[in-house]
Amino acid sequence: MNLPLSWLKDYMNTDGISEKEYADRLTMSGSIVEGIENLGKEFKNVVVGRITKIEKHPDADKLVICQVDVGGEEIQIVTGAPNVFEGAVVPVAKHKSTLPGGVKITKGKLRGVMSYGMMCSTDELGISKERATGILILPDDTPIGEDITHTLGLDESVAEFEITSNRPDCMSIIGLARETAATFDRDFKIPEIKPTGNDEDVNDYAAVEITDSNLCSRFTARAVKNVKIGPSPKWMQNRLTACGLRAINNVVDITNYIMLEYGQPMHAYDLDHVEGRKIIVRAAGEGEMLETLDDKPRSLKSEMIAISDEKRAIGVAGVMGGANSEVTDDTVTVLFESACFNPVLVRRGAKALGMRTDASALFEKAINRACELLEEMGGGEVIGGEVIGGVIDVYPVPKRNTVLPFEPEKINKFLGTDIPESDMVDYLSRLEFKVEDGKVIVPTFRGDIESMADISEEVARLYGYDNLPVTMMQGRVVVGGKTFKQKMIDSIRNTLTAYGLYETMTYSFIDPKEYAQTRVPMDDAIRIINPLGEENSVMRTSMLSSIIKTLKINYNRRAEFAKIFELGMIYKPVGETLPDERQIIAIGMYGRTDFFELKGIVQGLLTRLGVSGAAFETETENKSYHPGRCAKVTAGGKTLGYLGQLHPAVADNFKLDTEVYAAELDLCTVLELATFDRTYKPMPKFPASGRDIALVVDKNVSVGEIEKIIHSASTEILESVKLFDVYEGEQVGENKKSVAYSLTFRAADRTLTDDEVSGLTEKILAALKSGINAELR
Amino acid sequence: MKDRLNSIKAAAESELKDADSLSALETLRVKFLGKKGELTAVMKGMGGLSKEERPVIGQLANQVRGYIESALEEKKAALTEKAKELKLKAETVDVALPGKVPASGGKHPLNTVLDDLQDIFIGMGFSIVEGPEVELDYYNFEALNLPPDHPARDTQDTFYISDNVLLRTQTSPVQVRVMEKQKPPIRIISPGRVYRSDAVDATHSPVFHQVEGLVIDKGITMADLKGTLEVFVKKLYGDDTRLRFRPHHFPFTEPSAEVDISCFNCKGKGCNICKGEGWIEILGCGMVHPKVLRNCGIDPDEYSGFAFGMGLERVTMFRYGIKDLRLFYENDLQFLKQFKV
Repeated sequence: MNLPLSWLKDYMNTDGISEKEYADRLTMSGSIVEGIENLGKEFKNVVVGRITKIEKHPDADKLVICQVDVGGEEIQIVTGAPNVFEGAVVPVAKHKSTLPGGVKITKGKLRGVMSYGMMCSTDELGISKERATGILILPDDTPIGEDITHTLGLDESVAEFEITSNRPDCMSIIGLARETAATFDRDFKIPEIKPTGNDEDVNDYAAVEITDSNLCSRFTARAVKNVKIGPSPKWMQNRLTACGLRAINNVVDITNYIMLEYGQPMHAYDLDHVEGRKIIVRAAGEGEMLETLDDKPRSLKSEMIAISDEKRAIGVAGVMGGANSEVTDDTVTVLFESACFNPVLVRRGAKALGMRTDASALFEKAINRACELLEEMGGGEVIGGEVIGGVIDVYPVPKRNTVLPFEPEKINKFLGTDIPESDMVDYLSRLEFKVEDGKVIVPTFRGDIESMADISEEVARLYGYDNLPVTMMQGRVVVGGKTFKQKMIDSIRNTLTAYGLYETMTYSFIDPKEYAQTRVPMDDAIRIINPLGEENSVMRTSMLSSIIKTLKINYNRRAEFAKIFELGMIYKPVGETLPDERQIIAIGMYGRTDFFELKGIVQGLLTRLGVSGAAFETETENKSYHPGRCAKVTAGGKTLGYLGQLHPAVADNFKLDTEVYAAELDLCTVLELATFDRTYKPMPKFPASGRDIALVVDKNVSVGEIEKIIHSASTEILESVKLFDVYEGEQVGENKKSVAYSLTFRAADRTLTDDEVSGLTEKILAALKSGINAELR
Repeated sequence: MKDRLNSIKAAAESELKDADSLSALETLRVKFLGKKGELTAVMKGMGGLSKEERPVIGQLANQVRGYIESALEEKKAALTEKAKELKLKAETVDVALPGKVPASGGKHPLNTVLDDLQDIFIGMGFSIVEGPEVELDYYNFEALNLPPDHPARDTQDTFYISDNVLLRTQTSPVQVRVMEKQKPPIRIISPGRVYRSDAVDATHSPVFHQVEGLVIDKGITMADLKGTLEVFVKKLYGDDTRLRFRPHHFPFTEPSAEVDISCFNCKGKGCNICKGEGWIEILGCGMVHPKVLRNCGIDPDEYSGFAFGMGLERVTMFRYGIKDLRLFYENDLQFLKQFKV
């Protein structure tokens, strides 16, 4: 919302308020001033001139030489504009002048003839964005030599406001003036609207019918006859320009002017083109056609509100009027409309037609102000018209003021303040709230005020948010802190970063084609109805593609190696309204790494989290991974996830020409087995003794099997089993391998004897022999 | 003999002086004191001396031996010391050569800053609560005083999964879920991912993070809101940071405010970070709307509370001077490596 600051003077005294102070204080009372622009500040040396003589250019068909009176002197200007004529009053940028956008004009020769400046079009003056075809021709009575910024009403500072959605009343000059006066504690007065109208009765001219009060709670209308359409007066045009609107004609300008002044949308109909001179507010028919003011055919929907006459639709309520009842240069009788339509339906209608609207509630004032303005214009002039007496006012749902209890104590308790009751009354009355008999009567234009909390805000913002005290919460002690899960997540992050991995974050939605690329079944992954694009349209059910894409970015940027992890959410549909959101510990690596580093990272992590008994089983079914280099991670009878080298086909799908490793562990399952508990075990008092054994076994025997047998054949004196060598080659024979272990034995209560240790070792070897035919090498 | 002893002493003295290694010293020891050494030779010749001469010469011979022995010791100590020095000198390294840094990774900068925020609030007795990202329309909008057709819904461009399921546009639904389940006193923060269908550019992302806070108890005031946020902002940006509360509008709080902080870069004088204003908008907040309390089964006549929220990306960008939000989700290691803490 733009507010030309001089407009405020219609309602209040603004003496002594600087622009900076204005912006600061309005912002701090809740009407955010985004900036104050002086529209004319970019102009220099541009004035009004009159063309006195036009001659042909001797050397150019399309150029003419004009002599232009710019007030006290006559200068020569060469132009190619097609619309110049002798006597035309035009804007002239003189030698050494500046136009908006920093354009500088100086004298120069055009095809050999001196030109001492330029006559300007609307786009050159910055008042229109469209490219104009000719020079702007000003009204004949414009004073010659006048500074153009004054002529165009651009010698004006305009404040640009950001108005929040709860304050539609501030989308108007009067609303902002009221806020200004309240903020600066100055008197605020809306000038009385002079009564208008002849002794005829508007009801003899037109009728209004509302078919359903849910569509329209009030419709007011007045008629004007013998209207002469013409330009509106300069002061009005200037104000419209300053607010960013284009002047069109007196009637249309009045509706726009009132929209600015009161925030009340208005419409004007050519009453002679309203069939039966009757306005009917009704639901639009589905597919009903209407050509709107912008000359576009529109197909209406049944949820829109149609304004129609006895035969056809003539407008979409609150959105746009129809071309068939538009006010044109030939219009003689005008019907002004000021109405309140169901805002939800208006908004839906506007949305369906791709337009924006504003809404308000000051019907009768607006309609009378429109008539007043039109009658004023008519006083002795050729334009204007004769206002018909009386007002049509169809008001099926009378609006009442909201009345709330006035509770100064509660307000002070709520805000933490000690504001005297009389000050509160003062603040509220500045905003046109009435306080009487312990009650607050809320003005009808403040539909946002519904409770004590709302009243508190009004009090607080005029008291000044910055003046509110700063205190610390009292009351019951609340113990904060992190949960087990949050602490575990911290531990995971700390562990993995200590292992050299970097944490990443990726979008939660992926491209459905990534499922095929990662060879993960897509099943019924959740789709977004209105995604930004196909590549962001499915909520991921696997972290794999997110991790691979991150590796790929670094691979493409020539990172020699990368080790990353992400604690990412996946979204698994489980047949209920909301999916199961599960966090996955996902790890990705390429370059300078192998399967066993990845496995080591996972083992180390699980140990740190207190997960005991983790096992790694050969996994050949997971299609995303290399069938010979993938392990399923289990513990406590639960599957924690998978790790391994990505299947080369998957790496290939992402154009990664290297071995890529990944792990996916389900956080929730890991945490079921994780613990921060640790129990102290006394340091051993007796020495350990060791035995190294090298076994020859069949090549396909896994070390897991060997270790299982070692453990089951041993007693509690076996302290540890450490694999230290695996060898395959000629010396052990075809399809065989040698596996070497270092076994450590220790008893808590005595020094072990050699016999004891040897005996147990023999027993272990015997079990290995009978179990997997292992030979001692 | 006496002369011979004196000349042995003199010879030992001068040769010892020139000895420059432990092995040269040993050669001298053998030469003078060894079984076949010069002094031993003299001692062997003592038998031929007269009774009177023998003790005199004997004493002198012992003196010379004593002298040579202690001189040898002295020299040996000096040479050992010198050898140690030489060894140390030989072991000197160029300390300017590069160190061997142990491999280590780093947390994502958004999580590093989130940890800082969480620590501050935990210190004030807050707990951390999370909630679903795929959320019901009811929790994301309706319960928060944004009924269907509320104009503010238009401004939050929402991703929909179905008519009543969406990707949450804010973390506020967590507050509603907490208030439904937990009776006051409530003191929580809810960090998390939120989604809006904004096209990607330097300051917009369809996925970003919010950190919201909620306090509900008897007698909570707007002054308490100011106090809590003041503690938070000063801990995060330094004690000399000033706060400015501006009236604003959010459907789920009343009164509502936006909080600006004095620019940490120029201290309020105006610079390009604060666009010359001296203030940086950092937070939205307000007193929880009575309708929201009622929607969650909390009696607004008995309890009051406040809520606040901020964008984690924005806070992090200010913290590290990052100008492009896209970097957070691109995960270039060259970017991530800069924020190891």
